[in-house]
Amino acid sequence: MVNKTLVAAAAITLSSLALTSCGDSDASSGTDNGGSGDGAITMGFAQVGAESGWRTANTKSIQDTAKAEGVDLKFTDAQGKQENQIQAIRSYIQQKVDVIAFSPVVETGFDAVLQEAKAANIPVILTDRAVDADPSLYKTFLGSDFVVEGEKAGQWLVDNAADADANGDGTINVVQLEGTTGAAPAIDRAEGFADKIAADDSIEVTASQTGDFTRDGGKQVMESFLQSDDSIDVVFAHNDDMGLGAIEAIEAAGLEPGKDVKIITIDAVKDGMTALSEGKINYIVECNPLLGPQLMDLAQKVLDGEEVPARVLTEESAFTPEQAAEVLADRQY
Amino acid sequence: MTETTTRVQRVLRHPLLWPVLALVVLVLVNVVARPSFLDVRMQDGHLYGNVIDILRNSAPVMLVALGMTLVIATRGIDLSVGAIAAIAGAVACTRIVGAGDEAALTTAVMAVTYALVVCIVLGAWNGLLVSVLGIQPIIATLILMVAGRGISMAVTDGQITTVNNPFFSDLASGFVLTLPLAFLIALAVLAFTAVLTRRTALGMLIEAVGINPEASRLAGVRARTIIWTVYAFSGLCAGMAGLVIAANTNSVNANSLGLWIELDAILAVVIGGTSLAGGRFSLAGTFVGAIFIATLARTIPNIGIPSEINYLFKAIVVIAVCLLQSPRARAVFRVRRTPRPPAAGPAPTAEPAPATAGVRA
Repeated sequence: MVNKTLVAAAAITLSSLALTSCGDSDASSGTDNGGSGDGAITMGFAQVGAESGWRTANTKSIQDTAKAEGVDLKFTDAQGKQENQIQAIRSYIQQKVDVIAFSPVVETGFDAVLQEAKAANIPVILTDRAVDADPSLYKTFLGSDFVVEGEKAGQWLVDNAADADANGDGTINVVQLEGTTGAAPAIDRAEGFADKIAADDSIEVTASQTGDFTRDGGKQVMESFLQSDDSIDVVFAHNDDMGLGAIEAIEAAGLEPGKDVKIITIDAVKDGMTALSEGKINYIVECNPLLGPQLMDLAQKVLDGEEVPARVLTEESAFTPEQAAEVLADRQY
Repeated sequence: MTETTTRVQRVLRHPLLWPVLALVVLVLVNVVARPSFLDVRMQDGHLYGNVIDILRNSAPVMLVALGMTLVIATRGIDLSVGAIAAIAGAVACTRIVGAGDEAALTTAVMAVTYALVVCIVLGAWNGLLVSVLGIQPIIATLILMVAGRGISMAVTDGQITTVNNPFFSDLASGFVLTLPLAFLIALAVLAFTAVLTRRTALGMLIEAVGINPEASRLAGVRARTIIWTVYAFSGLCAGMAGLVIAANTNSVNANSLGLWIELDAILAVVIGGTSLAGGRFSLAGTFVGAIFIATLARTIPNIGIPSEINYLFKAIVVIAVCLLQSPRARAVFRVRRTPRPPAAGPAPTAEPAPATAGVRA
């Protein structure tokens, strides 16, 4: 009995020793890699998944920029699951990469793994989405400000109010196609838009309903709005896809999108820009997925020990039909 | 007097009473909220109005639910229909985009045929797992439910594929004889299924398999072939639904196309009075169930339910309908009322409900 226990204890001690030594050698080789002085950055990137055209454009931008700038990119796709993402970040910590970047699947639950990264002295950059954690656990957050996007859309409507009143009754009735209920972009874009249109009393959101960020959802909700209200002047859709669905519903109702009903959307993906250049959409606020160049730039600065702001906004603009026609040919996504 | 009583009783015992009643109440709620709800007018040579939209939008759920009805009648379930719909849309759209002449009729026909063949194969795969390998239907079809979306993502490279083919677009937006083509397609499939199962012995054989596969096999019914066939048919129906959904927006989003449509379809089947325990089915009930689901979807924007409580509203309506349909739940309400004289009050709840009435389409 005693013998057995001893043997077991010895085995455990031995195996843990073996493990430790393994870990040690790994760590040292890792450090060698990282600090080999050839200037190449090793970046671990944990992507959310590939759930939309926007996301795949985002992935491609990061991969292409890394290649162009000679960054050794270790890329994982969490397939929309937080546990996959945490696992990926842990493996990056073990591999001792120089910098970790990720788009958090959800806002909460990353505290522990961020602590581990901090303990291992690896800087973390958030892209596209924020986390609900102590800000000292990450260096910076690079991404769009959804409230500003909503504000840009609202401001355009206020500036073009005279033009938007298609039926000339003095009031501008706006219907809103919301994104997925509870999603940050849906909440923030609605908020920014509402803030700006409050400046003009004649503009009023008469109906608002979720279209789940999809074309089918946008079309079905818009169909219903058109049946119940024949004085709709403007559609504000939280993304291009719902706006494209709304265009089909408006055409089916015998109206002309862009003229009888003005359309404002957010995103500026290729299909949306095409519709914009054809005049079916009147204004698109860009939500830029091409974060690669800014991300690599930030990573370099962080590693050089430069101070970076805690919040870096994506470079974004907005398009009118004329501008859309100009840039459409080079649109990558 | 007695004759009228029996007629009333017959109506009250009719299994379609409760789903139809629920639908009527739902429409009434809409009309009260917006009196113009039932208005229909001519627009560009076809009918236009909420009712027409509802018929058109009910087509995908109806198609999926028809296949699901037969599967459920054999005591099975098909969770993979949403994924199969996504694959159908993905295959058809990538075929159209890749074709030489994107807008040609032949391109659309080829793409649709190709997609439907793929769907029949996928349905047959489910049938193989269930009937030959004896895997439980919920597990067997779960495989494709999860993997299928991956397949459709792989087909489209994860991108939203937009197509430009007027004939394909007509599948959802076209009109024949002033009625939406999508609804007519669903109606045709309903008629075809009804004739096939109710004018031949097939329907009875399906029910026999659902009641007891082993006994029906011993009685000479080819249970295995029948199960295999209903899953393949379910795959075909799901494929058609996927094509209609894709055509509705002239695009396919592999992520969202047909997402959760399996649950809507199962709900339509159950609202229609088909038992999940298998052994009996009602195609007419499924028809009413699908219209009910589409009307419910339209009710939300029509009466202006805020987005946050969308699902709550749906849940309450569905729970109410399911309680209404349950003879036991109705019995509980009746017991509460026993102190009153039995003849008082409007008839419905006072009548004995059929516990296990055979359902015929």
